[in-house]
Amino acid sequence: MNPFRYERAQSGAAAIAAAQHDGDARFVAGGTNILDLMKIHVEAPSLLVDINRLPLSKIELRGDSVHIGALARLNDVAAHPVVRQAFPMVAIALEQSASPQLRNMASMGGNLLQRTRCAYFRDVAAPCNKRAPGSGCGAIGGENRMEAILGTSERCIATHASDVAVPLVALDAVVNVAGPQGSRSIVLSDFYRLPGATPHLETVLVHGELITGLSVPVLPFGARSTYLKVRDRAQYEFALGSAAVALDIEGGTIRQARLALGGVGTVPWRPRAAEHDLTGAPATRTAFEGAAEAALTGARGYGMNDFKIALAKRTLVRALEMVAA
Amino acid sequence: METVNIEVNGRSYSNEVEPRLLLVHYLRDTLGLTGTHVGCDTSSCGACTVLLDGISVKSCTVFAAQAGGHAVTTIEGIGNSGALHPMQEAFWAKHGLQCGFCTPGMIVSCIDLLRRNPDPSDAEIRAGIEGNLCRCTGYENIVRAVRAAAAAMKADEPRRSVAELLPVGAS
Repeated sequence: MNPFRYERAQSGAAAIAAAQHDGDARFVAGGTNILDLMKIHVEAPSLLVDINRLPLSKIELRGDSVHIGALARLNDVAAHPVVRQAFPMVAIALEQSASPQLRNMASMGGNLLQRTRCAYFRDVAAPCNKRAPGSGCGAIGGENRMEAILGTSERCIATHASDVAVPLVALDAVVNVAGPQGSRSIVLSDFYRLPGATPHLETVLVHGELITGLSVPVLPFGARSTYLKVRDRAQYEFALGSAAVALDIEGGTIRQARLALGGVGTVPWRPRAAEHDLTGAPATRTAFEGAAEAALTGARGYGMNDFKIALAKRTLVRALEMVAA
Repeated sequence: METVNIEVNGRSYSNEVEPRLLLVHYLRDTLGLTGTHVGCDTSSCGACTVLLDGISVKSCTVFAAQAGGHAVTTIEGIGNSGALHPMQEAFWAKHGLQCGFCTPGMIVSCIDLLRRNPDPSDAEIRAGIEGNLCRCTGYENIVRAVRAAAAAMKADEPRRSVAELLPVGAS
């Protein structure tokens, strides 16, 4: 690992100022992702600003939103009664992420910023437009079984790795950010950028901006939700496909639906057309299959990952059936 | 260099460390506590698991500097040959190990598992040790050991608190 300077920030303002003055600075909270990337030289910051002392760990109901501090640890969020009651799909997604030791360390803010698991991104000897803009994409035409089928571009097909971002996108979670220019709030679906021609730009954050927390609006039917994750082994693995589903059903008719897909998109994927199709539809397998077709509109396989199109549809149908049952 | 003030197995230490020094190397090389093993060095295998303020973490994925101001418990602080922790007793009695390389991390993880869930089902035990790899046992005897430890710890009257389970006779 390359040497770097280390600063322990005593306030949010100090953390932002420290990062702002060094273009190669990174914030570190749990460190479970950046430390891993530093070992393989994908990340080589000149300065790490440790934000663990900042008072950003609270999880609480504030008005009609659940506030989750950026430093709240994944296991603490998953175990929190308010989270479990208001949106079980968030707790399930967290419990199916990583392993207990990593969930004890990893922060919610860091999870939203975790980098792709694309093998070409993680190999500094390989071409990767995300890691080294202009170097090409090794995954297109290469080993792409794990890569994305939605939101891809000719420059990048890397899958977004987060589980919990999937239900959070479905819930219209808001990311609260503080930075050199002040504070702002960004709806999570606007927070992530599609790769397009600039896959190295993954979010709308500017250098020096710090995630301080998340505000997750309480969805009246959020308690009727689940997260279904399909992976190569039962534990400790990233998703081949996943679905977050919340349904408001009355008398066998769907009044509202919130959906999102993981493991298949370059960003956590919100299939709004499918949500629209389900509104007012009967809660039947036929309707669910129609919604799954709509959700995968525009999906494109790259050879080894062609199977993900059918897998994502079936995952979504199964999750809809689980929630409707 | 960075000064870290850290409590390990109940004892206070203060050392100058490079920021890039991993907690596991600090424990093994600086303090000589070689019970914590390095298996994969990629936060996959769990051999390096220690408790940080009583919570299990992978010490190959924590900088020593990050652990400054906190308390670490390694396998050396869990128990010793004169006073084994119930989890150690159970691994011994149920043959929850063969080569032993994963065992320190496995025991520390399983203690944290019972802290979160004192009476786990076999499925919960298997899910709970998802972050620890064992290449010898096939996990069967590890699951038996955790079940036995859970029963033994439940039978203790009054039940031992986590605080009591932490550093045992730190030397």
